Amino acid sequence: MVDPLLEALRLITSGDLYVWNVILRSLQISGLSLGLAVVIGLPIGVAVGLANFRCRMPVVALINAGLAFPPVVVGLAVFLFLSRSGPLGELGLLYTPLAMIAAQAVIAGPYVAAVSLAAVEGIPPDIALQARALGASRWQAIMLQLREVRTSLVAAVAAGFGAIISEVGAVMIVGGNILGETRVMTTAIVLETRRGNFEVAIAMGVVLMFIALFVNVLLLILGRRSIRRPLIA
Amino acid sequence: MSQRDPLLIGQGLRKVYGNRTVLEVDQLELFRGELLAVFGPNGAGKSTLLRTLAMLEKLTAGRVEFHGKSGKKGEEALRMASAVVFQKSHFWNDTVEYNIGIGLRLRGMSRITSQERIHSICDQLAISDVRTAHMSEVSGGEAQRVALARALVLDPEVLFLDEPTSNLDTDAKLDLRTDLERVARERAASIFLITHDRTEAFHMADRVGVMRKGHLVQLGTPTDIYDNPTDVYTARVTGAEFTLAGITKATEERMVRVDVGGATFLALGEAQVGQPVKLVYRPEDLVLGPPSSPHRELSTRNLVYATITDRRDLGGLVRLRMQGPPELVALVTRDAARELSVEVGTRVAVRIKATALHAFPTASDRNI
Repeated sequence: MVDPLLEALRLITSGDLYVWNVILRSLQISGLSLGLAVVIGLPIGVAVGLANFRCRMPVVALINAGLAFPPVVVGLAVFLFLSRSGPLGELGLLYTPLAMIAAQAVIAGPYVAAVSLAAVEGIPPDIALQARALGASRWQAIMLQLREVRTSLVAAVAAGFGAIISEVGAVMIVGGNILGETRVMTTAIVLETRRGNFEVAIAMGVVLMFIALFVNVLLLILGRRSIRRPLIA
Repeated sequence: MSQRDPLLIGQGLRKVYGNRTVLEVDQLELFRGELLAVFGPNGAGKSTLLRTLAMLEKLTAGRVEFHGKSGKKGEEALRMASAVVFQKSHFWNDTVEYNIGIGLRLRGMSRITSQERIHSICDQLAISDVRTAHMSEVSGGEAQRVALARALVLDPEVLFLDEPTSNLDTDAKLDLRTDLERVARERAASIFLITHDRTEAFHMADRVGVMRKGHLVQLGTPTDIYDNPTDVYTARVTGAEFTLAGITKATEERMVRVDVGGATFLALGEAQVGQPVKLVYRPEDLVLGPPSSPHRELSTRNLVYATITDRRDLGGLVRLRMQGPPELVALVTRDAARELSVEVGTRVAVRIKATALHAFPTASDRNI
């Protein structure tokens, strides 16, 4: 157990080409997926959180239901959309990083939207009035409201990242685990474990654990900063 | 003193929530340079009036004009030229300095100019010590000064104040009121103050409006309102808290002669002969003298003889309850009480000026 772990650390620190190729591809795909999920999910979460409209409850329920979507089912749905006989089959995106980005964005989007929605719903209603009373336009008033929950919005992004960086089922289905193209840390861990290359699998696992730890520490720091709550006097 | 130049005009202001009308004010003008205070009890519609005048709340009917502009244009102009301090202010989760500078940033002011103005207003309102502190580290009194500072730093043409001192203890309230008067008068062109504290309203304002159940029941200078309350409610909130029920016996020009349990009083007011009325008076307006030789100032008009039934010492003043008929309550200085040797059971002569006694028909729907 100790020898493979030491070898794994050596692979990481020595800049092993294969290991780092997979790590960087993982970060690239998850990063772009997250970007897409934030661009779509954050405005939806904020808009639904701030707005008061008919059928709001079903929309909120739908967003929250997105948290419970099994990633592997999302992968299957994206696969069916992108397969030759699917509606987007002609684009030929199956087994490409773009397919993986799309699948991961669908998984992360509801996390970003749901957490930001919950954060925005918790904004005291008097902030908008206070902002307007100080001369804010409607847009400026919204930004001043979001400023109050900025740590929660960062948490929404982190939650989305956490949902996809360690995801394996969907990326395996739509990506296919092609070396240099669609192989990411999670699919590589599955493959290298099956091959018996435990030191490579452990190296990927260590990096994944480190990233998970980093995200949680970041959340902890943000949480501590938000302890100094705004007051109403 | 105010110049007679209306800056803000509210016309036919009406606000309805569901089927409840919370505001119905025909006309209200805020003149340039004046401090207009509107006061009344909780739920009178004062805050709704402030928010509608500040164009922060949509009206069910009516219009508000600022510099002759109404609608979107008026709202935009007022938004940039006014500031509001609420009873409960929200502070952003940041430093005092950040919070004071919010309005300046929203107006696109440069960082350097903003800093200068923030430093200046902090000095004026004695919060320089906490300027760099986080909002969670300041006291309630300091927080309310921050709320005032971030409004005044904008040098607003109209400053709206919604009970700014109501959450403070007595000392902090007095301190803030003093600064409010001094700094706000200096930095804001016109001030619209909402309060349920009549002392605050009468002490600070050029004009006072009295609100009740969504209506502006009286508007005038503090002296006007104090001397000529238009109904029992206004009389009560201006300190005329005691009432006598009687029947109108005769009427004269703007005066009525009222029988109260056998005693006759001449009072200001209008009523028909035989009509039941309420007489309201301020306890400090009763003048007491010895019954054998009434004080030389006590004429025979509105003079009754009564026996002290209760005496309460209230620091520098003494409250005396007396049975005439009618039952009366007087507030006299400790010196006066000592001079008259008033104790429970003492017989005294009591007089009240006709101009200090206001008669209101009880049939009037404006009476309580």
